[in-house]
Amino acid sequence: MKILLIGNPNVGKSALFSRLTGIDIMVSNYAGTTVEFKKGDFKLGNKIVEIIDVPGTYTLEPTCKAEEVAVEMLKEGDLVINVVDATNLERNLFLTHQLLEKNIPMIIALNFWNETKHKGIDIDVEELEKMLSVPVVPTVAITAEGIKELVSRLDEAKARCCKCTEKEKWGKIGGIVKKVQHIHEKKHTFLETVEDLSIKPLTGLPIAVMVLLLTFFLIRVVGEGLIKFIFEPLFNLYLPLLNILSNYLGEGIIHNILIGFLVDGEIHFIESMGLLTTGLFVPIGMILPYVFAFYLALGILEDIGYLPRLAALVDSIMHKLGVHGLAIIPMMLGAGCNVPGVLATRILETKRQRFIAITLTSIAIPCMAQSAMIYGLLGKYGIKGLGIVFLTLLFVWMIIGFILHKTMKGIIPETFIEISPYRIPNLKSVIKKLWIRLKGFMREALVYVLLGVLIANILFVFGVIQFFGNIAAPVIVNVFGLPKEAVASLIVGFLRKDVAVGMLLPLGLTMKQLIIASVVLTMYFPCIATFVVIFKELGWKNTIKSSLIMVFSSLLVGGLLNLIL
Amino acid sequence: MKMEKTILNLDVEKRARISKLEGGIEFQRKLACLNIRAGKFIKKIAVQPFRGPIIVEIDRRKIAIGRGMANKIYVEDSI
Repeated sequence: MKILLIGNPNVGKSALFSRLTGIDIMVSNYAGTTVEFKKGDFKLGNKIVEIIDVPGTYTLEPTCKAEEVAVEMLKEGDLVINVVDATNLERNLFLTHQLLEKNIPMIIALNFWNETKHKGIDIDVEELEKMLSVPVVPTVAITAEGIKELVSRLDEAKARCCKCTEKEKWGKIGGIVKKVQHIHEKKHTFLETVEDLSIKPLTGLPIAVMVLLLTFFLIRVVGEGLIKFIFEPLFNLYLPLLNILSNYLGEGIIHNILIGFLVDGEIHFIESMGLLTTGLFVPIGMILPYVFAFYLALGILEDIGYLPRLAALVDSIMHKLGVHGLAIIPMMLGAGCNVPGVLATRILETKRQRFIAITLTSIAIPCMAQSAMIYGLLGKYGIKGLGIVFLTLLFVWMIIGFILHKTMKGIIPETFIEISPYRIPNLKSVIKKLWIRLKGFMREALVYVLLGVLIANILFVFGVIQFFGNIAAPVIVNVFGLPKEAVASLIVGFLRKDVAVGMLLPLGLTMKQLIIASVVLTMYFPCIATFVVIFKELGWKNTIKSSLIMVFSSLLVGGLLNLIL
Repeated sequence: MKMEKTILNLDVEKRARISKLEGGIEFQRKLACLNIRAGKFIKKIAVQPFRGPIIVEIDRRKIAIGRGMANKIYVEDSI
């Protein structure tokens, strides 16, 4: 049996899915967190049933790709749990009525039940159930309230076919709402007042600047703190063990692969390039702390519900780049890792917008792993070195977006987005989400970084890097002003950008060269994992187009920086 | 006295009843998804600068809506 969770965006379907299946998935406070359907199993009585978390949709006549997924899924379902936002009953009931027409057994989870109380909303659940003639269960997915009852009443789910026109549906809904819902006019709550302040431009823009600065500050402080107090001491304990191993192994190929090369007779965590030295230090000692800090900050912003507000505030600027302000959400996710960033562009409704957003994300937004490494390398030059890198990328982002918008066929549709209400983040779910993301990072990072280090070693040993170095020398030396050994970094960059940045260190580059190399490494091509999702999302034709833009613009920008700096 | 105008021209912080929506059936359907329908009360919360979207509120939910679309939503405003 297949059970579908269907409802408007941001009504808590994913939270409910997590509760029912025990599978941890991303839950956030904005429309469009789930862009792909997710499957899981749960035990109903003594049989296992499949449950599917479907991306949110307002209607069964889809308007974007995420909604299309929802409508497609509906054909396969045996039972629908229609998740309804109790604080927004009238609008949610429209989808409910469309679902009723499909003649599939249905039960309603009236979610956010806890919020109705302090919002002054009274709903007569029994009467609602009677009028809809399907079971209605009040739930609070995030705290598991009502979940047991929902599960125990699944067998009461009923199919009730009623065909009527749109106008008739709204008429019926009006009647239902009038009868079952009573709203006490209440003064604005504190959160509602902040909601207003953060969306009005006069107060909203300063608040946005403050939020972003605070986020950067938090990432830096937490990241640096973790390194200083946890990871550095940890690796200092680890070093003597490596020294013993290094002495034991003596010189030879196994030493080179596991420990790497000694720098002035010592193990150097970044330069040695061994699996047990650099291969572990880069992902755990240098990047993980910042990834942790980044996802902590992002998770809090997501769960408060700030991101859609930011999207509305930057909408007019982003329209100049051919995308809605909403594109800021995939781009912020992309600053953590480009892969979820590219996937999240599905919230944009046109192909043109998705092409622009994906290209801009992979060209100008370094992932946290890469940023952490750039920070590690250029940080010692202070704000100047880092400033030039990130300002250059910002310009690239704006100029390429502007050019794409001006040259590509098609127009950008008008903005029309729901802004989620503020909610106080639930600590447990913030931590859970952080954990999911860190697990994902560690899985990917450890494998790819180790692989990257290994491949770099093999390429060196067999002289492949020297060979390509000679071929690419004209571009790398003459255009970018880098030593030809930097080609190794560019080759590894296809696989993994953080290792690639780390490989610049032994080259003894000047600040100018480090800046150019960091910018070029960000822009010239996505890492393999991102490339695969881009290919899946855009198809081969557009992927080639997007890649060509990356290659040419990185040549241009790298060359220009070499001339100007 | 009542006067019909679009929410683009409605004053910020004012609340008014939607009298009609211009535009085709698809457009009306799209708006109805977020409960913007004739007869509903709508409040204008803010106008984003540089031709940015209008922020409105319906049933205590905020929606960002482009100016072209906002100009097709008519309300009865009391003067």
